[in-house]
Amino acid sequence: MSTLLEVSGVSVSFDGFKAINNLSFQIADAELRAVIGPNGAGKTTFMDIVTGKTKPDEGRIVYGDRGDSLLGMSESRIAQIGVGRKFQRPTVFEDQSVFANLMMALRKSRSPFSVLFFKPSQEDDDKVAELAGEIGLSAALHRKSGELSHGQKQWLEIGMLLAQEPRLLLVDEPAAGMTPAEREHTTDILREAAKTRAVVVVEHDMEFVRRLNCKVTVLHEGSVLAEGSLDHVTNNEQVIEVYLGR
Amino acid sequence: MTDAAFPRRQPIALRFPSVMIFLAILALFTVGVTILSEGFGIGVISTSFVKTLGKTLCLCLVALAMDLVWGYCGILSLGHMAFFGLGGYAIGMWLMYARTEIIVLESLAAAPLPPTPQEVSDGIASQIFGVVGAAEFPPIWAFAHSLPLQLAAVVLVPGLLALVFGWLAFRSRVTGVYLSILTQAMTLALSLHLFQNDSGLRGNNGLSGLQNLPGQSDISQDIVSLWFFWASAVALGLGYLLCAWVVSGKFGSVIRAIRDDEARVRFLGYPVEAFKLAVFTLTAVIAGIAGALYYPQAGIINPAEVAPIASIYLAVWVAIGGRGRLYGAVIGAAFVSLLSTWFTGGQAPDIGLGFYTINWVDWWTVLLGLSFVCVTLFAPKGIGGLVDLLVDRHSLDRHGADLGPDQGALREQEAEK
Amino acid sequence: MLRFVAIFLACLTVSLPVPAQQADAPIQQVLQSHRDILLESSRRTIGPAIDTLANSGLPAAQDVLERWQTKDMWFNEDSGLFVYAEEIDRDTLRIFDFANGSEIGIVPDDDFDQLKPNSGIRSMIGTALVQFQLSDPDRDTRVAALNAIERGAEKSHLAALRDSIPTESDEALLQRKMRLERLLTIRFGETDAARIEAIKSFAGDLGVDVRAALNPLVAVRLEAAAALPDAPDIGRTLVPGSEALSRHDAYALLVDDGLAKPRISRDNQRTALIENIEDGQVAGIRVATLDSQSARDLAYAALAEQGTVDAVATAAEVEERLANHVFYERYIGAPPEVVAAAQLALGAIENKVAVNRAFDLGLDALSLASIYFLAAIGLAITFGVMGVINMAHGEFIMMGAYTGYVVQLFIPDYTLSIMVAIPLAFAVTFGAGVAMERLVIRWLYHRPLETLLATFGISIALQQIAKNIFGTQARPLTAPGWLDGSWVINDIVSISYIRIAIFGLALLFLALILFVMNRTRLGLEVRAVTQNPRMAASMGINPDKINMLTFGFGSGIAGIAGVAIGLYAKVTSEMGSDYIVQSFMTVVVGGVGNIWGTLLGATMVGTLQKGIEWLNPSNTLAAQTYMILFVILFIQFRPRGIIALKGRAAEA
Repeated sequence: MSTLLEVSGVSVSFDGFKAINNLSFQIADAELRAVIGPNGAGKTTFMDIVTGKTKPDEGRIVYGDRGDSLLGMSESRIAQIGVGRKFQRPTVFEDQSVFANLMMALRKSRSPFSVLFFKPSQEDDDKVAELAGEIGLSAALHRKSGELSHGQKQWLEIGMLLAQEPRLLLVDEPAAGMTPAEREHTTDILREAAKTRAVVVVEHDMEFVRRLNCKVTVLHEGSVLAEGSLDHVTNNEQVIEVYLGR
Repeated sequence: MTDAAFPRRQPIALRFPSVMIFLAILALFTVGVTILSEGFGIGVISTSFVKTLGKTLCLCLVALAMDLVWGYCGILSLGHMAFFGLGGYAIGMWLMYARTEIIVLESLAAAPLPPTPQEVSDGIASQIFGVVGAAEFPPIWAFAHSLPLQLAAVVLVPGLLALVFGWLAFRSRVTGVYLSILTQAMTLALSLHLFQNDSGLRGNNGLSGLQNLPGQSDISQDIVSLWFFWASAVALGLGYLLCAWVVSGKFGSVIRAIRDDEARVRFLGYPVEAFKLAVFTLTAVIAGIAGALYYPQAGIINPAEVAPIASIYLAVWVAIGGRGRLYGAVIGAAFVSLLSTWFTGGQAPDIGLGFYTINWVDWWTVLLGLSFVCVTLFAPKGIGGLVDLLVDRHSLDRHGADLGPDQGALREQEAEK
Repeated sequence: MLRFVAIFLACLTVSLPVPAQQADAPIQQVLQSHRDILLESSRRTIGPAIDTLANSGLPAAQDVLERWQTKDMWFNEDSGLFVYAEEIDRDTLRIFDFANGSEIGIVPDDDFDQLKPNSGIRSMIGTALVQFQLSDPDRDTRVAALNAIERGAEKSHLAALRDSIPTESDEALLQRKMRLERLLTIRFGETDAARIEAIKSFAGDLGVDVRAALNPLVAVRLEAAAALPDAPDIGRTLVPGSEALSRHDAYALLVDDGLAKPRISRDNQRTALIENIEDGQVAGIRVATLDSQSARDLAYAALAEQGTVDAVATAAEVEERLANHVFYERYIGAPPEVVAAAQLALGAIENKVAVNRAFDLGLDALSLASIYFLAAIGLAITFGVMGVINMAHGEFIMMGAYTGYVVQLFIPDYTLSIMVAIPLAFAVTFGAGVAMERLVIRWLYHRPLETLLATFGISIALQQIAKNIFGTQARPLTAPGWLDGSWVINDIVSISYIRIAIFGLALLFLALILFVMNRTRLGLEVRAVTQNPRMAASMGINPDKINMLTFGFGSGIAGIAGVAIGLYAKVTSEMGSDYIVQSFMTVVVGGVGNIWGTLLGATMVGTLQKGIEWLNPSNTLAAQTYMILFVILFIQFRPRGIIALKGRAAEA
């Protein structure tokens, strides 16, 4: 397994507050990874940095086979080369149908000109129908996504991510606000996705993480505190002190 | 057209009933006005009113552009009337040059010696620029003699300005009210520049006599006004089709997504800035064309037409008509500008209150301002909202809020802040 | 009978020679020697008489000149002598002798001619008198004399001035005299060394009088020659077609000096050709073909060959002449050494002037910045705290100004009315702001673009209402008398008191706002609501109330800004829209939600506008245009303004 993303020595501070402090992190090509940590540990900022939303003060981020640096790339460029992100709250385009949302996310040329003259082929339609089936929204394909339930929106967003066919998926608290049945489904989708690509899940819910059954990275005050299986890290003295012990 | 159905194998006019209905109404209206006109019909409608209607069609076209950039893409541009004015100036330069050239040639023909090119040019320059105390052509008039070049300028000048300005503004991620203010500043800078006598466009005198077609002085205004009316109607029809096509496909889907949450669109991999720039420039070009058709009917253009207030009125029309739907923009522009003509033309009856008489010439603006506030507060969908009631369509009530993904759901209880 | 006797007696007196007058007194001799020109009393010829009198060194000369100037000098036709006289009544004079001032007697005026110097002669006399007045015991007279010299100096004044310096007792006047002496030395000094010495003494002096004395020294005359003469008084050479010397002017100089043939203007050429049309031809060339300049040149040349018209220079000849001559400036104001010294001194002065101008410009910019600060700070508060763009802010400024105007209608005392107007303007606009917030804005929170449009609707309505009430013409808002005039630091740097007052007002408000925001409960709550409204609400702060008060406060400051702006500009219904864009620029440049940012933004926008105006003083419109363009570019580099919030707070 080759390394897909390597973050090394990254720091960022907001008005003197160090949100990320000399963070180093690696993930391989087809790996599922959970990132946990107390509030303010820098989980979201970490995602912001990888996706280009926040520029780090120092450090390196190398991605892909050719080892491209993600620093200095725009958000859209980073997304185009295969980094997908799911936000904490469901972020779909509520004014548009599920179909339009998925079609927009489909991996196609993103330049304005080709988008303007884009006509979906039968293949594209099938692809969207297939994705809708995967996320259980076949029946709702032509409803406005704003009318969906909270959980359905989460799935739609995961569906949009999959439609992007990213090599690295960053998922921020996917199970928040879901019913137990919906959580189960979400776990399945993520584990399925991780077979072909790298998936990083940020999550608070230990049960959910346990169900993912993967390597866990614990963040604390902007840097990695521990790494390993869930059992390994939950037995770590420091982790218990800063996280579980509180 | 709020529900984005993607292009199937049908022409756009058939896919969207609203486009069909609009084009039919526009065609009927054009035929009707022609029949009722003085030029080709029974003379019920005066020539000046034909001009007013023709101008209104041009305003509808620029309102379409505004709706595309604001209602669909979420960029509240307070600069589109500047592009409109630039289009007018571009065509006005040719009209004024060509007409003055004819006059000068006529007057020089009577002289004992045949005129040299220099004398002709000097004669035209002193005729045009005498009012600002200059007698030489400024460099920007270099192409004024050529209709094709000035027609190109109608498209290129607004387009390039929009491209450069948009590139600078979008590149630095200026959004929302900041962007609005910046576009307003651009408009103000342009109008202040045009107000100077040494701008080369006759300062606050502007360009005049544009209603006369050079070399066609024997054709009466009754006919010319209809020509322009038709041209405006055709332009509006084509503009409507173009806009409908742009917003119907995936492009429309993306720009509406940009309006609702541009950060999310970025994470989908779309170069948001390029899309915004494309829409901004395209609409600037449409505005320029609308202006080029408008000012020959108005007869005169001066820098006051480019002032920031004009662009704000444009936003008002679109808001009153109902943004985010193309016919809303057209209805708003037609309704408000015709009503405004009626009120400010002194035709509206005064209202005597005993102690004070409301003279609408004075109070119309107040009424417009306040009714605009009311529309924003109570009917964010504008007049177009009435159509929803008619066809009994239930769209999601956004209360006009930007309910992007990060801000919650469209459902009422969740929308409450 | 009695009257007859009186006349007879009078005649008797006159007929008698006047024994008391000293006909051979030196002063009388001087007068006699110029009798004719004195009596002719013509400005062109009178010069020598005045000069002789003034330079005679006679104690009575001053008296003569003064009496002459005030038309009290008379000429006795009988004796041929000059006297001065008082008119007792219409026909009778009491005459005096110039020589010792003694009264000669009372005589009828029949034989006496009054000398009536015209105003030109009187001013010449005045100039001549100056040297006597310089040492006059009366201080006012000496001041008047110095003023006279400053207005129009003469060579003769220099010596007189020098003579008067040792006896001068008044310290201030002594300083003035010594300065004037050096200035006169520059102009009239006997030796070049003395002049250069005097010039050097003024190094870095900013007085306008110094520059006025030096500038004539470096005056030049443009000359042309085949080769550059090797003379010390030659200045720079000029190239025809450069900015300093157009080709047209260069050639005209050659023509004037007889170094080249004249050219003919197009119009004259055309007239000449038309005059020589014969049978549809000019010199054998068909008229119809004369539709280009080259054809006309040919036709004219053909005419010249025939001798019908004068030959003129062709374009090639013009080219050749211009190429074969050098154009240079010759110093004609003074000898080369003096010119060099003057140039050096002027250079030093210019540098110092530039520094002072920059300082003056800085003061101007500061006062403009104060105005922008006052206009923008209210906007910055509402924008920063509530995220609300208030397009009607400009109209609140207008409201404040009109409040001031209305107050002045009722309270005629300007000082008192301004004292009343400022709090009243605050109250009025505070009320209007609160009303607007309650009725409109609070329904539109989180919809910034719609707030912008709705407040714009209010703005056009308010503007039109003001127009309907107060009319379109500008209304005055008069500042109290003690704010008239300006504080003059030197000949270059000055600032009007009203601008100082506005600057003071801006400082006051800066302090007030800082105090309210940082030291009061209200400020604490406002900051809490700014940072996290929901958290603030759960801490028991009522965000509704805070928003209302903030908006009212911001609007109230706009009202006061309106009074301040109205004091130095006119009050019109459109004044708000004149300031709104600048205010927005200020807020945007400074960075939202920060008082110091607004201050910096105002300083930058004000400085920039003044700076550009200074580069192109004739065109304030252009200054505004460039200022806006600059701001658009500035946003490229600092999209969030000079002082930007960072991190999560900025993204909310």
